[in-house]
Order: sequence, then structure tokens, then C-alpha cells
Amino acid sequence: MTSTTPTHPEIRESVAALCRDFPGEYWREKDRNDAYPTEFVTALTEAGFLACLIPEEYGGSGLGLSEAAAIMEEIHKSGCSGGACHAQMYIMGALLRHGDEEKKRRYLPEIASGALRLQAFGVTEPTSGTDTTRIRTTARRDGNEWVINGQKVWTSRAEHSDLMLLLARTTSREEAAKPHQGMSIFLVDMQKAKGNGLTIQKLEAMVNHATTEIFFDDLRIPADALIGEEGRGFYYILDGMNAERILISAEAIGDARWFIKKARDYAVDRRVFDRPIGQNQGVQFPIARCYAETEAAALMVQKAAETFDAGEEVGAMANMCKLLASEATWHAADTCLQTHGGFGFAREYDVERKFRETRLFQTAPISTNLILSYIAEHVLEMPRSF
Amino acid sequence: MKILVGVKRVIDAYVKVRVKSDHTGVETQNVKMSMNPFDEIAVEEGVRLREAGTADELIAVSIGPDQAQETIRTALAMGADRGIHVVADGRVEPLAIAKIFKELIARENPDVVILGKQAIDDDNNQVGQMLAALMGWSQGTFASKIELGAGQAKVTREIDGGLETLDLKLPAVLTTDLRLNEPRYASLPNIMKAKKKEIAKLTADELGVDTAPRVEILKVTEPPARQAGVKVESAAELVEKLKNEAKVI
Ligand SMILES: Cc1cc2nc3c(=O)[nH]c(=O)nc-3n(C[C@H](O)[C@H](O)[C@H](O)COP(=O)(O)OP(=O)(O)OC[C@H]3O[C@@H](n4cnc5c(N)ncnc54)[C@H](O)[C@@H]3O)c2cc1C
Repeated sequence: MTSTTPTHPEIRESVAALCRDFPGEYWREKDRNDAYPTEFVTALTEAGFLACLIPEEYGGSGLGLSEAAAIMEEIHKSGCSGGACHAQMYIMGALLRHGDEEKKRRYLPEIASGALRLQAFGVTEPTSGTDTTRIRTTARRDGNEWVINGQKVWTSRAEHSDLMLLLARTTSREEAAKPHQGMSIFLVDMQKAKGNGLTIQKLEAMVNHATTEIFFDDLRIPADALIGEEGRGFYYILDGMNAERILISAEAIGDARWFIKKARDYAVDRRVFDRPIGQNQGVQFPIARCYAETEAAALMVQKAAETFDAGEEVGAMANMCKLLASEATWHAADTCLQTHGGFGFAREYDVERKFRETRLFQTAPISTNLILSYIAEHVLEMPRSF
Repeated sequence: MKILVGVKRVIDAYVKVRVKSDHTGVETQNVKMSMNPFDEIAVEEGVRLREAGTADELIAVSIGPDQAQETIRTALAMGADRGIHVVADGRVEPLAIAKIFKELIARENPDVVILGKQAIDDDNNQVGQMLAALMGWSQGTFASKIELGAGQAKVTREIDGGLETLDLKLPAVLTTDLRLNEPRYASLPNIMKAKKKEIAKLTADELGVDTAPRVEILKVTEPPARQAGVKVESAAELVEKLKNEAKVI
């Protein structure tokens, strides 16, 4: 049901077949119990989809973001969710691009096989908000170790990850030459750290995203946990963030397509006043509008993925496609719920759950206002506001 | 042992089929197409035999338009070794398909041909039987279990009221039923490997088979829409209606 030709049909077909083993009932039960979809993640891992972006020499498939986006979109279009594991795909990018060869050989093959899970990314903190330069978590060098102190919040999947990519200050904001300098990234072995200075607390939320709060209390990690150069961590995570935004956009497009199909099918089947509700233009038009909006956003996501893969500057496009895709899916979600009348609120239709889940894309990994301010300041060259 | 499997490109099993407005057939434009589900089972069986070491080569054959290549790629991603694409546009009837397979058998010399028991688009359920007849080979249709030994096969079939087990001499034509196995989905590395596998391209003409249809389709129509049911007050009323209105008892 798309006017644009789907990219990578052979990959989509296999992902869709995998997803058929995980119907709505599976996700409803996970949602009800706030449980991790281990079986789904295992199936995706075993089929090699999460190792899509890891180069072949390290055991992955060496494909680009365009293929990865097709995988994520298809997962969401099938009614499943990549939220439990999408980060396993892209967090390793920081290690791949900025880690030394020894570390890559040590970790990447096991990340590719799924033996090691690197799907926790600790950036957000309770007091700094979106202003990442004000993070308060610090890493202090002490002999052959780093000593970590501070706190992270909203860290997804921390209880289901062996390694965590952590952003911490190694030079205070005041002492650094620029606010964005003086932060570094570390690969933290969470299994070793738990109980030795690292505490993880579950953070219950509107969506089943395995979110946690993390506390560091004199956690000691080896000197070589540092990735790349000290002080350049913020710059290292930026290119990873573009990849993340594009993949999240693909998930949003997948959700939007799921909502539109669900709304369309219900509108055609449901009879009230002796006619299908979908015969009324008041019901048709919002769905048709969502379709057009989704197709437009999907084209931008595709273009952003291709631009990223070509190694060209993609910052503005990654931000814009996230904005458009997150709004397209939200409109589709709202329309789908409205089309279903009261039944939209019934758990067994999956609409209310997907509605909650898809709302996240406007807030995380970056919220709409921050995208708009990026476009205003960096693309339109308007006065800087903060 | 060499195995040939047939894979047909059909309208995806999850798509709602619509009749064309001129009643000459069903709508296939912009409709999602996939491998016939019974053929997926055939490929899966072949791949399992290949993995078990019983077979040493598995060849996937599709007869159809250019896009049938995609269906062969799916079979290759599941684990077939190479493909043969016999290009044919339009409707090719079961007898012509069976004749094309006969020519391919002459070229490839397989020990076993595994086909789906039927394709879900035309539901003919004919090619396997016709091919066995043309070849003079044994046939094991509607297989729910296949055990291959040296020069022979044991095939279990689900029939009314129980299971029937056949001992067949090879070479043989086998067709798959739903419960034979559960087909796998291709892993990403295997999808990538499949892109490098060989697909030979042939035409029915090159094989000397005339594919011109012999059956004329007069009209394709939708099944009649189901009427809403009625509620009855009592068992007696139900019996009365079954007897006098529906006239089924
Ligand atoms: C389910 C979930 C999972 C998450 N997973 C992770 C994770 O794995 N790792 C991680 O590091 N983080 C994670 N996050 C955190 C997420 O990235 C942040 O919540 C998000 O970036 C917003 O930051 P904040 O919550 O601090 O909001 P704030 O920065 O406090 O912003 C609040 C609101 O104010 C607006 N605002 C702020 N400043 C301005 C301004 N100058 N101009 C205009 N508007 C402004 C924002 O747009 C937003 O609407 C997750 C969040 C959720 C909800």
C-alpha cells in the first residue's frame, strides 16, 4: 500500500516473515507485564539483522543505513517494535569509527553475533536536560583507571546490555576551551560494574522501553575503556546521533504505515448507519491525508539514509526527516484511534499501545523544539537563541 | 543426490485478492507478490536435506515473468544453491509447466523433484501429478513427511481418517502439504550471499515447449457476499429452520 517503491524488498520480505511470529498478542503481554521481548530480540539477532551495519571483517553484513532503515521500518510496519534492540545496531558506530583496532577486534565480532550486547547509551541526565554540555557525570583519571561519579536518566535497555557507551566530563565545562569540549566517551563493562559502583534502577514509563536510572558512585573502569581521544567525546557521538535519528525516523514511518492500514481496514469493515464508516468522506479524508504526509516523510527518510551512506553532510536532513516522520506517525496514530471509535481504546486492537509508543518519537532521542531551533539557527542562519 | 524445487510467484497470501473490473482475472498491478507458501515448504524441505547431507545440490526453478527472479532469490537466500528462471509472461497452464520441468529434468538429471501440492493463486493441484506421468516416475503427493534413502523414498501423506505411508523408488516427484515443515525466513547474511548465486535464464521456446493456453477463461467473479445470520429463540426453532428453510436435515 505504498506509492513509493519499497527499498530492499528481499530484506523486507524476510523481516516481515520473522515478525509474523510475533503478533499483537505477544506485544500486548510484554506491555502488560513491562517485560523485555527477549524472544523477538533473539530472533532478530540470530537472523543477523542487528549486525547489519557492522563491517564484514568484524562479522556483520557491512551494509548501510538504507538497509538498516528498511529493517526498522518493516519491523514497525508489521506491528512489532525495534525499541528493545535498535541501539544494538548503531551504538557500536562510535567504537567502529573512533575506537582503535585492538578494541574493534575485541568487541565487534561478539557484538555482531549478539554474544555481547552494546545497547545502552548514557547521555541524558536529570539536571542537564537537552543541554548536553552541562552534564555532571565525571570521569577522573587515577593511575591505570578512570573513576566515574554521577547519574544518568532514561537510559534505555541498561538491564539488558553487557556494555554501555557513556558520555562523561573529563574536563569541567568551565575549564574546557569550549562548552562542547572536555567530554569523553567510555565503553563500560556493565556486568563487572554492577554492585561495584554502578546501580541500575528501573524507571517505569508510559511505554515499555526498559528505561532505567543509573547511578555511578566511584565506579572504577580500566584506562583503556576510553574511546578515541580524551575530550572529544561529544563530537564522536554526533555522527552516531545522525544515524540514530534516521533509523528512528524509519521506525516512525513503519508505525505510520501500520496505523494507516489498520485505520483503512477498520473503516472499510465497520458498518454504522447501514454503510461502512469508510464510505463517509469525513472518515476517509483524514486517513488519505495521513497517507500523503507519510509518503512525503518516507521519501525524506530514504534520502537522508542515502546521503548518510554516501558520506555526505546529513545533519540538517537527519533532523528534518525525524521531525516530519515523528509528526506523520503521530497524526496517523490519532486518526487511527479516532477511526476506531471506542474500540480504539480496547487493548486487544493494539491501537492504544502503538499510540502511546509512537508518541515517543517527538521527544526522544531529541525533541521537536530542538530540531526547529537547529533548522532556524544552522540552516536559516537566524539569531542564536541559546 | 540432486534436488529440483519449483517456486512460483503468486499474490502474497496476506493480500486481499480483488477481481478485475472487466472480469478477465484478478488485479495484480501494485499488489504484493511472494513465493507460493507450499513452494516455501518445498524449498525448506530441500534445504534441510541439503544441510543433513542427504542432498548435495538444490536447484530452485521458477517459470514466470522477469520478477520471478526475486522469488528465486528468496529460495537462494533460504539455502538453494542455484536457480533456473524460465521466462514466461502471461498465463502458463499446468501441463505446459510440467513439460518445461520435463525438459529441465533432461538437462539437470535430478533424483527428486519437490513441488508445492498446489499454487494458491489457481489452486489447480496438477503439475506434480502431470510431471510424474510425463516422466513415468513415482509420485508422492501431499507429503507431510519425507524420508530419503538410497534410491528410495518413504513419504507420509495425510488422508481422510489417518496417515498413509508410501515407499517410492527414486527418481520421484514429491509434492508438499502444509504440515511437512515450517519454512525459515532468510537471515541477513544469507540474503547477501544469495545475491552472488547464479540464476540461469531460459525461455520455453529454447526448451521446445509450447506454452499457449488450451483452456479459455470465460469469466472471473467474486464469491457471493455472505448474508447476515439470524438468531433463533430455541433449539426447536433451529431444527424447524434447518428442516424446512435450509432443507439440510
Ligand atoms: C522512553 C525514553 C527512552 C530514552 N532513552 C534514552 C537513552 O537510552 N539514552 C539517553 O541518553 N537518553 C534517553 N532518553 C532521553 C531523551 O533523549 C530526552 O528525554 C530528550 O532528549 C529530552 O530531554 P529532557 O527530557 O531532558 O527534556 P528537556 O531538555 O528538559 O526539555 C523539556 C522540553 O522543553 C523543550 N526545550 C528545552 N530547551 C528548549 C529551548 N532552548 N527552546 C525551546 N524548547 C526547549 C524541549 O523541546 C522539551 O519539549 C529517553 C527518553 C525516553 C522518554
